[in-house]
Formats: sequence, structure tokens, C-alpha cells
Amino acid sequence: MSAPGISLAAGRARSVLPGFRLSLGFTLVYLASLVLIPLVALLLRPFELPLPELWDAITAPRVLSALRLSFGMALAAALIDAVFGLIIAWVLVRYRFPGKALLDAVIDLPFALPTAVAGIALSTLYAPNGWLGSALMEYGIRVAYTPWGVLVAMVFIALPFTVRTIQPVLAELGRDSEEAAATLGATRLQIIGRVVLPALLPAILTGVALAFARAAGEYGSIIFIAGNLPNISEIAPLLIVINLEQYDYAGAAAVGVVMLGASFIMLLALNALQSWAAKRR
Amino acid sequence: MTLVNVSYDPTRELYQHLASAFAKSLKADNVTLRTSNSGSGSQARAVIDGQQADVVTLALAADIDAIARTAKLLPADWQKRLPQNSSPYTSTIVFLVRKGNPKGLRDWNDLVKPGVGVITPNPKTSGGARWAYLAAWSYAGKQLGANDGKTRDFVGRLYKNVPVLDSGARGSTVTFTKRAIGDVLLSWENEAHLALKEAPGQFEIVYPSRSILAEPPVALLDRNVDRRGTRAVAEAFLKFLYTPEAQEIQARDFFRPRDPKVLAKYSKQFPRIELTTVDSEFGGWEKAQATHFADKGVFDRIFGK
Repeated sequence: MSAPGISLAAGRARSVLPGFRLSLGFTLVYLASLVLIPLVALLLRPFELPLPELWDAITAPRVLSALRLSFGMALAAALIDAVFGLIIAWVLVRYRFPGKALLDAVIDLPFALPTAVAGIALSTLYAPNGWLGSALMEYGIRVAYTPWGVLVAMVFIALPFTVRTIQPVLAELGRDSEEAAATLGATRLQIIGRVVLPALLPAILTGVALAFARAAGEYGSIIFIAGNLPNISEIAPLLIVINLEQYDYAGAAAVGVVMLGASFIMLLALNALQSWAAKRR
Repeated sequence: MTLVNVSYDPTRELYQHLASAFAKSLKADNVTLRTSNSGSGSQARAVIDGQQADVVTLALAADIDAIARTAKLLPADWQKRLPQNSSPYTSTIVFLVRKGNPKGLRDWNDLVKPGVGVITPNPKTSGGARWAYLAAWSYAGKQLGANDGKTRDFVGRLYKNVPVLDSGARGSTVTFTKRAIGDVLLSWENEAHLALKEAPGQFEIVYPSRSILAEPPVALLDRNVDRRGTRAVAEAFLKFLYTPEAQEIQARDFFRPRDPKVLAKYSKQFPRIELTTVDSEFGGWEKAQATHFADKGVFDRIFGK
């Protein structure tokens, strides 16, 4: 029986926290079985096709336009949610008002709502005979069954991601640094632009990354409101489903791998930006 | 004992009604029929991927062919095992228009005019949409003198008028009836009648001069029923579909019964129009599927894939 202190002194650097091997082993098994193996299976599938056919499958104009729509709109939705998520988080953290707890809970609804329900609700609302849709129609604006429908659905489902990443950081930030800036003679704009926003930037970028990833992969709610016309309002995940329905598993996986790769690159870039922003602080 | 029936989109009501009649006819209350409904193509894929099913009742033979070819759950000649190409009932594609037919849509050539909104699901995912596509193709072929280029142009113009492409027949019905999008819905005959029943006075059915004889087939999946010990019940159920009792139920749910007596009784609700068939005009489903709906087929070229 050797005391733990002695075995530590015996040379091997060990963490003072117990359970390192157990928890790491668990993490690896868990990641491998639930994340890595499915991803490897996905990566292998497209190569059932000969290379030229694989290239055709991912560079067809219809596939490219679906990818452009999915990623373009997801980025736009993430940026819109960043702006409004920041405002909402600000209101929730900085002010006290009746109904605040309720509003705080409402933010999470897009998380909890089945996406099909969200899609049906949005398309009912924005259809030309719906409440919002009929009002917009008077100005000649169509949302449901156009690419803008895709944007509306993405903004809806991705909002909690920006609010919930910005909110705790903002709460942590406290008022003192703002008050200090004010006593030093900073204007309100200067306080926001040079004190608050730089401190929040890493959190905002994380929120944008999460919102973007969620929106790009969204399927359930969008297909109800998009119109799903090839080359116009057809999102990449729908194209994957259509490929599957015609038993083209390799083609479906090819589009899936392109989405995976593009998302991965975008997330890496956002992470790099985020760590740069964090360092700059 | 539970019999699992994997079916296509517009048969929800039909198989509910048939299930209770079937249980009664067996005089056995321990047999229940559970039916799942979705787009025909997605249902076939689910079965191929291992969804539990004893019988499949899909929108077209090509989808059951795919199950036979890919998953080998039943023999390739399955369609010869039951009478009438294994289709106990038939149906066709009709036009559902808004009350009073404001755009005056009488036939397929009215649908390609600019400014007409046509609602139909994506033929890649929906069985009904494939029948509708072939019906339009057949009409155009007849009008334009079997000229493939002109026919393709006609069908292309038709799909240019489609503002929303849902993945299944029910989705399109909802888009047309509830969201008020489009001027005409290319609909299963039974879906059109259901829409009339649901919203009396809002819609009208228009029968085009020519449509297609849709034969939605049924089959039992040998490998699955043998494993689950449900073969006898599954066989009994499929045979039951051809009995006068079941044919009546099908007619009341607006599917065209095969039994001539029952069909005569309901002749008012099933007007006689010229119906082409996939076998006579398109060389069977296997060929039609490969030419028109497969990857890089005619439909993909229409949408410029």
C-alpha cells in the first residue's frame, strides 16, 4: 500500500484531479462510436462512385445552387441573429421589467419546438393568405415559397444560439467597466464600441458559428416554407433526401460530405477569428 | 397479432376503413392492421433500409420493384402473384381548381399558359407526381404528334408554372387548399374528392380529356412475413382487398374499384375518360423510371440538373 503522495513523487506527472484515464477513455469511446464512426462511414460512401462521376455529382449546377442557397442564407441568418441576439441578450441582462422571466423562457422555444411544427407555423403565417404574408403581399413582398422563406426559417431556429452564448458573458461583464469608461469621459457610442463590443466579440463569434452550423443543416422547418424549386429555393439537405429517395446513396453522401467539409472550414475560420478576438482583448 | 402495412400518402383514410372491416371479416379480434403513410418513394426506401413491414401498398410498381431488386424481400415477379397486376383498385390524375374555375382550365394545354400556377409534388419523391407527369407527357405526345422534343418542351413549360414543389401528395394538397397557392392542383382522384368533402363549395374537379390509369400495387414481403410468422394473415389481407366488401369501401373512399359491379354502382363519381397506361405507352415502370425520373433523366434535364 503506497500513499498517493509517494506515487506522485515517483516521477510520472499526473493530474491532481482523479479519474483522468477513466474519463478520457470514456470520452474517446463515446466520441468514436457516436461521432467518428458515422462520419467515417459518410466519408467512405461517396467513393463507391468512380471519381469523374463523383465530381459530376457535386458540381452539377443544381447541387451548387443548393449549396450556395444553404450556406449563403445560413451565414445571413447567423449575422441577423447576431445583431438581434445581442440586443435581446442586452435587454435580458441589463434591465428589469415585468415578464422578463417569461421572455427569457420564450427565447428557448425554437430549440424545443419540433422543426416541422416551426415550419408549418411559419408557412401558415407567411403564406400569401396568412396574417403576415397577406400584409406583405400588399407591398408586393413574397416570403413563403421563395428563397426568403429559407432565411426566415433559419433566423427563427438559430436565434437561441446567439442569445444564449452572448447572455452569460454580458452578465459576467458587469456594469463597472462601462461606468468606469463613463467617468473617464467616454461617450455612449465609445462605451459600446470600445468597451462592451470588444469584450463580447468572442461570444458573438461563437454564437454566429453555432447559429450558422445549425441553420446550414436545418431541414425540417425549411421544406415547409421554401417552395423547394430546383435551382431557386431547394436547400442542400433536401437534395440529399431526394438523392436517397432515388436510391442514390453515394450521391447523397457526396453532397453530405461537401456540406460537412464546407461547414468544417467555416467553423474553423470562425474559431480562428474568435481566438484572435479573445487574444486582442 | 399486428400486421404492418407500409403505404403511400393518400391512403390514410382508406386503410383505416379497410382495417376494421378486415378484422371483422376474420372474426378474430386479435388481429390489428397498422398502416404508416408517407411519400411512396420514401416508404420504399424505409423498407429497404429495414423498416418492419409485412405488406407494402405503394403508389407505383417501380417502388416495389426497387424493394425486390435492392433488398430482395420478395421475388422479382411479385406483380404476377395477385390478379390485375396486383392492384385491387385503380385511380387517376385529375385537376382540382378553385370554385368557378376562374382561369377556365379545362385541359392540359391550359396549364402551360403563362400566369397559371400549377401545384404538383416533386416526381422524384412522390408517386402521384410521377403519374401526373406521365399523364401530361401522354397528352402532349398525342397532341404534338409523338415528337419527343416538342413533348419535352410542353412538359417543361408545365413545370415552369409550378411555384411550390412539395415532396408528397398530401403536402401539395395542403399548399393548394390551405395556403391558397396556385390555380390548379394535379391531384390523385381520391385526394380531389376528399378536398371537396373537407371544404364544400371551395373547389371543383375538372377531368382533362386524357389522363393515366394509375395502378397502385400491393404485395407481401416474403422474407419479413416468414420471419415474423405473419404470412397467413398477410395473404388473407391482400385477398380481402379484392372482395366485394372491400371494393365497396375503396369506392366510397374514391378509389376506382376493379370489381365491375361495384364500379357500375359508383359510376357517377368516376366519369369515364381516356386513360393511357404505363405499360402500353411507356414500356412499363422500369423503363419509364429509367428514362424520365432516374438521375440525369428527362425530368432532371427539364430542371437543368
